[in-house]
Amino acid sequence: MTTANIPASTEERASAGTAQQAQHGLTEHSHGAGAPDHGGSAFDTVASFDVADHVVPRGREEEWRFTPMARLRGLHDDAPLDGHDYEVSVDADPRVVVETVEATDPRRGSSGYVPNDRPSARAWAEADKVLAITVPADVVAEKPTVVRLRGLSAEKAAAGHVVITAERFSQSVVVLEHEGSAAFADNIEIVTHDGARLTLVSLQDWADDSVHLSHHHVSVGRDAVVKHAVVSFGGDLVRTSVTLDYAAPGGDAELLGLYFADSGQHLEKRLFVDHNQPNCRSNVLYKGALQGAKAHTVWIGNVLIRPAAEGISTYELNRNLVLTDGARADSVPNLEIETGEIEGAGHASATGRFDDEQLFYLMARGIPADEARRLVVRGFFTELINKIGVPEIAERLTATVERELALGEGLPAATSTTH
Amino acid sequence: MSTLEIRDLHVSVETEAGPKEILRGVDLTVNSGQTHAIMGPNGSGKSTLAYSLAGHPKYTVTSGEVLLDGEDVLAMSVDERARAGLFLAMQYPVEVPGVSVSNFLRTAKTAVDGEAPKLRTWVKDVKEAMDKLAIADDFAERDLNTGFSGGEKKRHEILQLELLNPKFAVLDETDSGLDIDALRVVSDGVNRFTAGGDKGVLLITHYTRILRYIKPDFVHVFVAGRVAEEGGSELAEKLEEKGYVDYVGTPA
Repeated sequence: MTTANIPASTEERASAGTAQQAQHGLTEHSHGAGAPDHGGSAFDTVASFDVADHVVPRGREEEWRFTPMARLRGLHDDAPLDGHDYEVSVDADPRVVVETVEATDPRRGSSGYVPNDRPSARAWAEADKVLAITVPADVVAEKPTVVRLRGLSAEKAAAGHVVITAERFSQSVVVLEHEGSAAFADNIEIVTHDGARLTLVSLQDWADDSVHLSHHHVSVGRDAVVKHAVVSFGGDLVRTSVTLDYAAPGGDAELLGLYFADSGQHLEKRLFVDHNQPNCRSNVLYKGALQGAKAHTVWIGNVLIRPAAEGISTYELNRNLVLTDGARADSVPNLEIETGEIEGAGHASATGRFDDEQLFYLMARGIPADEARRLVVRGFFTELINKIGVPEIAERLTATVERELALGEGLPAATSTTH
Repeated sequence: MSTLEIRDLHVSVETEAGPKEILRGVDLTVNSGQTHAIMGPNGSGKSTLAYSLAGHPKYTVTSGEVLLDGEDVLAMSVDERARAGLFLAMQYPVEVPGVSVSNFLRTAKTAVDGEAPKLRTWVKDVKEAMDKLAIADDFAERDLNTGFSGGEKKRHEILQLELLNPKFAVLDETDSGLDIDALRVVSDGVNRFTAGGDKGVLLITHYTRILRYIKPDFVHVFVAGRVAEEGGSELAEKLEEKGYVDYVGTPA
């Protein structure tokens, strides 16, 4: 067993600047696969539908060490999840079927997902309805199917469950939007059958008081092509855990993430790609920007290549852009390789800063400070927004990034100590 | 005609031991149509003058004034100075990952002109300016200064000079680190900029080499934060022969 565990954590303080970071903006490390080996995985977690099997996390556990437990509103503990203070609206492609079904519906669990932490198990146990989105076989949807959940209050915690099924050879885009106030724990199952092409975008544009713990599990069918994107802007604490495995060979998964943390926000992005089938591909790109005091982002990217996963290729990349002092980006890629018979495996993590010298350079060409910041952040996210590739939301994402930036106007750029 | 006046300029930087005065009373007037060379040994304050004129926050002006056509430059923010017509070609251009050269140039041009350039002519102007500076086409899509060689960075500074077309250009050791071919290309760019006779240049250099390609009207020798001697281009020839030994006591 070979485990590459490289924490790339950058805490930005007034004195934290190094000559290299200031000069190059980005520091980076990158390396490929190690030697093959066999044995149990370091990523093994408790998987159970029974809430009692999941002890209440206290914050010292590996999976919870970055999370401010006190701000979870008890979602991880025993807070009732029986609230229903939210509205759901649907704007679906006419051939995509969107239904609300009972928790006993057989589609639930069809992804093979078994809850891997307590909030997920609790949400599974307490969600009384399931939103089922089905793209029938061979349907090529003409427009994105958009489900908007609007939280009305964060007083009472709520649980949710969504199952998205892309049947064979279907092609579609599904967007799950979250806004308003809520304390919300949910499980999202994404099931793609043979040859299906699905783009799923989960957008968290919550109000400032919201807490959201979300688990996504993606099952990639034979020769299916899945694009999965998580976009997080609002909320006090948003933690998304995405797990992905392959039901058969030939699957292709692109996992994208965009996040922008302001003062006091905690945005945590966790990924586990389980290469359990041969000849599949995964590509992870998550990019985050941070501004303001105590803005905190966490990215944990775990990739496991099992002995059966011959001929696969995987790459994961996390980039963070720290715009002001006082923000903190943690980034930990982990790659565990149990077979050497692969096409390629690698990862990279880079945290860069928009610093005083960059600001000076752009301003010295006549560009006002706020516009200089916009220029840098827009450039940083454009590639990602293009990769998500949904024109209907690209403009909105760009606009939201700009709105976030406007909140940071007047904040000084991250300090650099070099000239 | 425009005038850039520097009057009795005193500038300090913060050091661990407290503020340290670098410029100790600089007087200099540049009129449009003139090229002034500022020469001097290392540490004499040449670059401090350049960055102070541009408004870098590291430098504190403790007294004196800088006027551009009578307007108080020191009261302006960094971007306002650029929009007022001051340009600093930097010795160490800063890398800005994520921002393409083409996007940067268009944004800067829009900022200094107050309106977006007309797309068709702009693309042509950029292409022509790049060709003249022997800059490859794919350069426009690269990230600003990121991974550029020393020569590429300097040529890119001159590209901006030509496209942004300021009233006054301060060139901070634009010649340092260039081989002779690159030096010629860069010098030709500066000469194109001044060819119309309505531009002012402050050419800061340690060496006389660039003065073979760019003819200064005036030469100022900087020593210990002020102008120690002034003259015409013949002063450069004297420095070529004797170095700064007359001013600092040792060859520098």
